[in-house]
Amino acid sequence: MTAKRNTPKEIFALGAEAVVEGALLAGCSFYGGYPITPSSEIMEGMAARLPKTEKGVFIQMEDEIASMGTVIGASMAGRKAMTATSGPGFSLMQEFIGYACMTEVPLVIVNVMRGGPSTGLPTSPAQGDVQQARWGTHGDHSIIVLSATDVQDCLQMTVTAFNFAEKYRTPVILLLDEITAHTREKITLPAPNDIEIFSRLQPTMPPEWYKPFEETVRGVPPMPPLGAGYRFHYTGLTHDDHGFPTSKADEVASAISRQFRKIDQFFFDIQIVDEHQAEDCEILVVAFGCVARSAHLAVDQARELGIKAGLLNLKTLFPFPRGAVEKVIGNCKTILVPEMNMGQMSREVKRVNDGRCKVKTLNRIDGHIITPKQILDSLRKG
Amino acid sequence: MAEVTQLIHNYLRRDKKFPHVFCPGCGHGIVLGSLIRSVHALGIPKDDVVLVAGIGCSGRIPVYVDFNTVHAVHGRALTIATGIKMANPKLHVIVIMGDGDALSIGGNHFIHAARRNIGLSVLVLNNFIYGMTGGQCSSTTPQGDWSTTTPYGAMEKSFDLVELTSAAGANHVARGTTFHVKTLDKLMANTLTKPGFNFLEVLTPCHTQYGRKNKFKNPVEMYKWLKSTAMPLEAYNKLAPEKRGDRIPIGIFQSREETPLEVSYENLRKQLRGAKS
Amino acid sequence: MKPDKDIHRFEICLSGLGGQGVLTLGKIMGQALALGHGFNVAQTQSYGPEARGGASRTDLVISTLPISYPKTDKIDLLVALSQEACNKYFQLLKPGSILLVNTTLVKQVPTNQFLGLPFTEIAMDKLKLVQAMNTLVLGACTFLLPFARRAAMRKSLEDALPAKIVDINLKAFNMGYRDAQKAFGESPAIWAGLADSAPTAPSALVKAIKKKVPIKKKPAATKK
Repeated sequence: MTAKRNTPKEIFALGAEAVVEGALLAGCSFYGGYPITPSSEIMEGMAARLPKTEKGVFIQMEDEIASMGTVIGASMAGRKAMTATSGPGFSLMQEFIGYACMTEVPLVIVNVMRGGPSTGLPTSPAQGDVQQARWGTHGDHSIIVLSATDVQDCLQMTVTAFNFAEKYRTPVILLLDEITAHTREKITLPAPNDIEIFSRLQPTMPPEWYKPFEETVRGVPPMPPLGAGYRFHYTGLTHDDHGFPTSKADEVASAISRQFRKIDQFFFDIQIVDEHQAEDCEILVVAFGCVARSAHLAVDQARELGIKAGLLNLKTLFPFPRGAVEKVIGNCKTILVPEMNMGQMSREVKRVNDGRCKVKTLNRIDGHIITPKQILDSLRKG
Repeated sequence: MAEVTQLIHNYLRRDKKFPHVFCPGCGHGIVLGSLIRSVHALGIPKDDVVLVAGIGCSGRIPVYVDFNTVHAVHGRALTIATGIKMANPKLHVIVIMGDGDALSIGGNHFIHAARRNIGLSVLVLNNFIYGMTGGQCSSTTPQGDWSTTTPYGAMEKSFDLVELTSAAGANHVARGTTFHVKTLDKLMANTLTKPGFNFLEVLTPCHTQYGRKNKFKNPVEMYKWLKSTAMPLEAYNKLAPEKRGDRIPIGIFQSREETPLEVSYENLRKQLRGAKS
Repeated sequence: MKPDKDIHRFEICLSGLGGQGVLTLGKIMGQALALGHGFNVAQTQSYGPEARGGASRTDLVISTLPISYPKTDKIDLLVALSQEACNKYFQLLKPGSILLVNTTLVKQVPTNQFLGLPFTEIAMDKLKLVQAMNTLVLGACTFLLPFARRAAMRKSLEDALPAKIVDINLKAFNMGYRDAQKAFGESPAIWAGLADSAPTAPSALVKAIKKKVPIKKKPAATKK
């Protein structure tokens, strides 16, 4: 808060607090939110920290829909903006998420997953919003969905979320679960110089030449803030390169295809997967979030027992890392997908697997984490 | 007249295709004209103006004008506008919404924006109907009137937007009509300059979806109705209650000087950062 | 900061009534062990919707290895500060676990193998501040835990608290430590009774505590 820290620092923090630290490190200067268990600690942390920064703004809104509105408006005005919520709030946000996709507004939305559906289990973990994060809003849209495994990851993936949002002019959803958000662990706060921060590109041509939604060489149109001299139109209607509404077939097709291409072209950057003992594995575990942590130990224990197990810890859930899976299933007979839902990620795995290996699911939906033992037992069964 | 036309043209987007989408007789163009004249008279630079509009016929206004323009999702323009104003308080953020957008789906955001007194200029173009979607009943459709969803007459009473906004805590509350244009211009200038939540309801005719289903033969009849129904607030207050009938007062109803939210927040930041050494 | 003992998953459960400061106790203990001692620590909590009354529980997993599973699985030390908490959580005890209770409020302990101090009474009578009770408990736990260093715990306590209340809390911490030392005696005496009447052989933990040597568990052991 006083002199700029230029060395790493250790703190003992909640997953929620790590998100706050990551956001501030990434340059987030706007938070608009609404309280909901188990995400409120993120909001409270931002409420306390933002007004102490040079231009930070915090506002609590009347509901989650309003929260999304403010962060979209703030991002249009040039801020790196974020909100956090859980299941019921995430459902309310869907319309605006689609609006942010259509208007290509950078945003970070943190969803701390809890038992669902509906009011569900406010204080218990689940992983049941995975498909919703990809397809919760109507219409064909691209979106980036990330996941964090432990408290240090909460910090790291928040920074990554902001970087992707800025690079690709898209909302980015970061999925956590109630356990990770409410667990305290020792983490390292990197020195600001030690992390890579990306900010949205600004146009270099004069305003008369600027077309806000034109495909550029880089694949992502530059985005000036409102009031900087580039006066253009944002709308949720399907629009042309100028931003004006259109319903002409060729313009519509072009606009939507470009939005997909914007993400598709950069799979190599966006799809982050941690491999553990996966190079020669015969049984592969594909996991994410807190379950990947249990899986890590289970894989080590299986190897001690002579089972050639391996783990893919998905940090990027969508676009689904097909390449990472295909790279390692060469020798595999089985893929195991443990998740705290009724089988949402396994659908993606099955799709990519395309019948090559046997895909086993290990589902837990009782409000408790899948334990290392449960995964090991399944690995031992083969 | 040529001057005014020239002036308006200076503010229209060159690259946007015309003709516009509004019906003959629609009052929205009158509101836009008043807005442009006020911006010009006040000397506000185009780059400093952000128009945020809701969904509906009034939502179609901003695309034609050479400002920073945002066409929001239905009912939520105030939330986007709040984010913009809090992020950059130097901008003049003007919100344009219809009655359905602002008070039905947007009702919750409306009362909170007024309550928190965020520095926005808020225009609600009240044509008593959901026009764009074909004439369904809105929360300002007069009781007893016909609409496609109240074919037996609207059963519910309608909002009085002035009372609602005043009670919610807005700094400034005013009402005008698209007939009383000189008054409208004065009210508009007020709405664009006073700090805090600055509300202007504009009564405007929709003949296509509301008027012709409710006994107005043509748009001119609707303007005549505005002329005879609306009256200045001072005169209205002097009228005995039993003489008021269906008359609607126009003018300035509330004018406070409470600190706008974005100013309070900047002060908090200064205070917190000044307190540390 | 490297810890001076090797530990593989030592699990602590702190429990009591909402309002007794259980969560704060867990947070400070966890922070002290993580930052002050250099262990890997995962601290989790669970609570009902009531802010006061109701059950409150926080768990700590302490290890020199990276922690794979942040929730507790086999409690080594259970602290119960209220009767309800004791009733609710005592079944988490396994052979070789230690139970520490607040005897002011916990009148009926469902086992005769436990350690107890009248924490609430001490806080009210000697410190004149019932809110300091959880710091007394911290002192007592520091004495009991073979890997906790008194000075490091004190330092972390100081760092974690606002200046106004540091003094009273350091007093409470020292009092808790000394009272535990007096009541429970030196290490061999504490565990003697427990070890003898345990239905199975004493766990590695208990043996180690008796001998005050570092605990080394094989990291590859399959969890039972």
